[in-house]
Amino acid sequence: MAKILKKEQWSESIFSMLIEANEVAKAAQPGQFIILITQESGERIPLTIADASPEEGWVQIVFQVVGKSTYELSLMNEGDNLYSFVGPLGIPSELEKFDGKVIMVGGGIGIAPIHPIAKKLKEMGNHVVSIIGAKTSDLLIMKDKMEKASTELIIATDDGSEGTKGFVNQVLENYLEKEKNVSQSWIIGPPIMMKFTVQSALKYGVKTFVSLNPIMVDGTGMCGACRVTVGGKTKFACVDGPEFDGALVDFDELMSRQRQYVEEEKEAYHMCLNERRA
Amino acid sequence: MAERIKPAEKFKRERTPMKEQAPLERIKNFKEVPLGYTLEDAIAEAQRCLQCNPAACIAGCPADVRIPQFIDKVIDEDIEGAFLEIKKTNALPAVCGRVCPQEDQCEGACVMEKKGKPIAIGRLERFVADKARELNLKDAEPTRNANTANKKIAIVGAGPAGLACAADLVKLGYDVTIFEALHKAGGVLIYGIPEFRLPKSIVGYEVEKIREMGVKIYTDYVIGYVKKVDDLVEEYDAVFLANGAGAPSFFGIPGENLKGVYSASEYLTRSNLMRAFDFPKYDTPITKGKKVAVVGGGNVAMDAVRTAKRLGADDAIIVYRRSRTEMPARAEEIEHAEAEGIQFELLTNPVKVIGDENGNVKALECVKMELGEPDESGRRRPKEIPGSNFTLDVDVVIIAIGQNANPIVARSATGVETNKWGYFVADEETGKTTHPKVWAGGDIVTGAATVILAVGAGKKAAKSIHETLSS
Ligand SMILES: Cc1cc2nc3c(=O)[nH]c(=O)nc-3n(C[C@H](O)[C@H](O)[C@H](O)COP(=O)(O)OP(=O)(O)OC[C@H]3O[C@@H](n4cnc5c(N)ncnc54)[C@H](O)[C@@H]3O)c2cc1C
Ligand SMILES: Cc1cc2nc3c(=O)[nH]c(=O)nc-3n(C[C@H](O)[C@H](O)[C@H](O)COP(=O)(O)OP(=O)(O)OC[C@H]3O[C@@H](n4cnc5c(N)ncnc54)[C@H](O)[C@@H]3O)c2cc1C
Ligand code: SF4
Ligand code: SF4
Ligand code: FES
Repeated sequence: MAKILKKEQWSESIFSMLIEANEVAKAAQPGQFIILITQESGERIPLTIADASPEEGWVQIVFQVVGKSTYELSLMNEGDNLYSFVGPLGIPSELEKFDGKVIMVGGGIGIAPIHPIAKKLKEMGNHVVSIIGAKTSDLLIMKDKMEKASTELIIATDDGSEGTKGFVNQVLENYLEKEKNVSQSWIIGPPIMMKFTVQSALKYGVKTFVSLNPIMVDGTGMCGACRVTVGGKTKFACVDGPEFDGALVDFDELMSRQRQYVEEEKEAYHMCLNERRA
Repeated sequence: MAERIKPAEKFKRERTPMKEQAPLERIKNFKEVPLGYTLEDAIAEAQRCLQCNPAACIAGCPADVRIPQFIDKVIDEDIEGAFLEIKKTNALPAVCGRVCPQEDQCEGACVMEKKGKPIAIGRLERFVADKARELNLKDAEPTRNANTANKKIAIVGAGPAGLACAADLVKLGYDVTIFEALHKAGGVLIYGIPEFRLPKSIVGYEVEKIREMGVKIYTDYVIGYVKKVDDLVEEYDAVFLANGAGAPSFFGIPGENLKGVYSASEYLTRSNLMRAFDFPKYDTPITKGKKVAVVGGGNVAMDAVRTAKRLGADDAIIVYRRSRTEMPARAEEIEHAEAEGIQFELLTNPVKVIGDENGNVKALECVKMELGEPDESGRRRPKEIPGSNFTLDVDVVIIAIGQNANPIVARSATGVETNKWGYFVADEETGKTTHPKVWAGGDIVTGAATVILAVGAGKKAAKSIHETLSS
């Protein structure tokens, strides 16, 4: 049982929650995730740790409502208890003080997982350039937190409602055109965004790390649901990742596997919406 | 109270059968297949026991269940007495009575086995445990002991090994805490073995009884992340590692990452732990194939294929590379599968999973095998017959070819040696590892084995921990 301490709605479909979880907060490191279940009949939902306070004993999650489980989570309120909350899971990001600049690219809900990595890198004395983007201004999350966690912050929206108009990979290319002193980059967002942004970075010879979000069940290496192909080899994203070298990831396979249950998901979501309305 | 019958009659009387759900009925539900003994059945069976002393059957039970003693109480209809007798040494009787391979354990050792009619010890144990649950009988109180109460034991994993160890230690008065990664305790009992063989409510009940004895069970607690084994060694007087062998094997054949290919662990976890068979009432989905191939010939493969059938598969097929006689699954499980209309493609091995344009499984390419010379294990080694490739049209493929060690726990345990497969090295009799404060047992030492061997390992470790801490 883990209590929801604070809930905020950041856009029509994006929510943030602080969850009371003392020991998880103490152990959490950038790049790791948790798995929660809302109620006894619920499924295991993996979510990245967006922030954590070991002093105050909470973990922040930021999620987008995309189906039944995230919808039900969004209906829960401050003071409610989650049925289950486990973490931190996955291998933490490997962070150090780099010689050159580090670039953090976050797309949509992917800004949430980019944040703790950027924050830590900056604390370590890095020059952190963050490029964050979303479809439109309303969906652009964590601007203030990213501002604090970055040395430079560049904003982009697909429709130009805020910052540069265009996709983050284009913004990245423009940046790399001028700036050669770059050591490494992290790119997190929807798989399609990661796929193209990795290609953009590679054009300029910049090494990339991506965080993969395949469908998971246990999240501890027990089931193999989360298999991804990296460098031609099968890896379990929950224990071998979720971060991998972007150049080696088979994004097409990832995208295909994420769609395994589209029909079932639709059925469950519709039933749930109908029940809630009734 | 029933009478004691004469030896001659004991030899004459046949084993009392147990009623089962009819095959065509049971493949439509997830309810238990065997229905259990009635009181009359149990007494009739108990009367056959010769009450040997010493009792060969006990030597065959890794949990040292006091078999003739409890059986004798069944004849007197003394359920409570029988229950307490069993509970003295076995914390999981309703589980063991159902899933122990009795033919290799207690019943295999029973003197009546020579006559081909061993006492149905497992069924009797199940009967007593089920009755006790109905009657809500209480366990004996753990002894309060000043010498042990201030000693803290940490156990990693709430599978049968961890639970058995915890139960024995708490009875001696120790302060015992189990750390379990999943949101429910029970290990394979809760996530792997299907509902129709082991109802989850029964596992839940036996776990609850262990909790009631005073064992603290922290679920959602992954050792290796939140705390390392190294931390536990600092904070506790002894640590027992019982994290099981939970990392699925795959072949590495082309197409294995197509949608519709599962490890048996994933398939069974979705169905059992997450109750995907009750989707959409429960949120976790599972692909309900119309034609399902399960690759493997062990108990896990039988569980997966019978689950597939119940989820609505018209064809549920076992693909196994040797012949029926070499199948490692229990005879009873194979027979159950056959009765349920499971098909068997024997002497067959998969070479490739074939997908459609959307990345879904549409067929499994296989090759025929023949048996050659015996290998190290004494079983004849299967060889491919060149050019014998053929395809099975299927929409789900389940790989059930075994588990490996999951490295998360071992990675966080300094000074605890593992072998080349990643299993902990531990003394067979005591469970002692290469670290003076750390014991290990169950599947994470032996590789995938059985519930009762895991229980036995947990009990040996408890004994050794007690000896070490009280000396
Ligand atoms: C390591 C990791 C970190 C993640 N971090 C975040 C995050 O910080 N914020 C966020 O909004 N989302 C995150 N996700 C994705 C999030 O888990 C899914 O959006 C969520 O599980 C969808 O559940 P649903 O029932 O609402 O939607 P559904 O209708 O069930 O599914 C919608 C889509 O979500 C994906 N999905 C479904 N079930 C799972 C599952 N069990 N595991 C993973 N993906 C699934 C599938 O691609 C599916 O098509 C992360 C996923 C992973 C694996
Ligand atoms: C499908 C299937 C069917 C089977 N059928 C039978 C049968 O009929 N009869 C029989 O005798 N045997 C059967 N077996 C084998 C039997 O279940 C196992 O041998 C037995 O469960 C092993 O017990 P264990 O306690 O060693 O490990 P497990 O039961 O695997 O339990 C280990 C526990 O440790 C937890 N854990 C793992 N890592 C961590 C961590 N890092 N931190 C905290 N906790 C952790 C796991 O979540 C799990 O709960 C079957 C196995 C399977 C998979
Ligand atoms: S625990 Fe298993 S081996 Fe022991 S008596 Fe019971 S059924 Fe037989
Ligand atoms: S060996 Fe068989 S007959 Fe003898 S006591 Fe045990 S169960 Fe009874
Ligand atoms: S989610 Fe089960 S192994 Fe990764």
